[in-house]
Amino acid sequence: MGKYIELTNDNFDATTKEGVSLVDFWAPWCGPCRMIAPVIDELAEAYEGKANICKVNTDEQQDLAVKFGVRSIPTIVFLKDGEKVDEMVGAASKQQFEEKLNSLI
Amino acid sequence: MLDLAIIGGGPAGLTAGLYATRGGLKEVTMFEKGFPGGQITQSSEIENYPGQKEVVTGMDLMQDWPEQCQRFGLKHEMNEITKITKSNNIFELTLIDGSKQEAKAVIIATGSVPKKANVNGEDTYFGKGVSTCATCDGFFYKDKEVAVLGGGDTAIEEAVYLSKICSKVHVIHRRETFRAAPNTIEHMKNTPNIELILSSSVDEILGDSSGMTGLNIKNNITNNVTSLDVPGIFVFVGRDVLNESLKQDDGSYLCDLNNNGEVIVDLSMKTSLAGLFAAGDIRIEAPKQVVCAAGDGATAALSAIEYLN
Repeated sequence: MGKYIELTNDNFDATTKEGVSLVDFWAPWCGPCRMIAPVIDELAEAYEGKANICKVNTDEQQDLAVKFGVRSIPTIVFLKDGEKVDEMVGAASKQQFEEKLNSLI
Repeated sequence: MLDLAIIGGGPAGLTAGLYATRGGLKEVTMFEKGFPGGQITQSSEIENYPGQKEVVTGMDLMQDWPEQCQRFGLKHEMNEITKITKSNNIFELTLIDGSKQEAKAVIIATGSVPKKANVNGEDTYFGKGVSTCATCDGFFYKDKEVAVLGGGDTAIEEAVYLSKICSKVHVIHRRETFRAAPNTIEHMKNTPNIELILSSSVDEILGDSSGMTGLNIKNNITNNVTSLDVPGIFVFVGRDVLNESLKQDDGSYLCDLNNNGEVIVDLSMKTSLAGLFAAGDIRIEAPKQVVCAAGDGATAALSAIEYLN
């Protein structure tokens, strides 16, 4: 069973430096973040071995939120080989995330 | 084929699902793109839901609804419905991936999304200073000054919420008086770090590559434009109903809507089309309260059961 990767300052670069990564910047108090949480879980299973499906708790990892200029959550950042290539702000459907991932893989 | 399809998983859709399944319908699916709960999960404070005597957040209020509402067999499918049509007494639902499902009856409870203020810079800096969710994003403006645009209940409630996090909140409102509930206005007036900018509108949202940096504000009486250096603005200028899925290929709508795009219903939540019901904020004259949306959902489900029998 694939599970999303919890990113911190310590493992961010190593985890995202190769391949395609989806990084969901979220926080526990955010309704739309909770709304997409089960979608992220499903993506982690579906894309196991194909893309890194990750989450950043912005409450605990404020440096990462600042680094990526996150001012609204959820913000979903897409990276390819460590470089940010796209981002989406706000809750979206699983199909929209899949479309973006598939275009990058 | 589904007995009943429920489009939307807020208080209206969840309650409709509870009543429909507890009322005996077997194949009932609620379509909601993620975890159910709806727009109320973005509210910072609920103090008017009967039976809930503590003041809670919207997220806390909705916490247990999905589990309870699915107890009698309601299925939840994480998907979006892009189009609803009806022919030969059967509804056809088109999903976002292009696949289709059929249902004998439909309850549309898609609710609404925040309306845009339609000012320059709003789209450019959305998510980079422009926000429509204070509980989500207030944290990113800790000890900073922010602006709130709007004068209704949501605008004032969320301004009060932000005043606890931010150093100062500038409330920009186009009129001299507020439409919000007296209790809410009183609360705002007793908050020292809320500053009112009345009879004014936002002319432009300014920024650079890092995001929003400020605003130009126009006084609607004198036409004077002043600038305000704030990194964030929270826009609460009303909501637009989500009726896109009712649009047909020829540009008409599946059922009758009013001029605001709201679905016209009777007291039993029946629309102009047999078998199609509406509940919650999408319907005409919706009070836009959780308790009312839930009530609508129950009414719509009971009407749907009667229709199917």
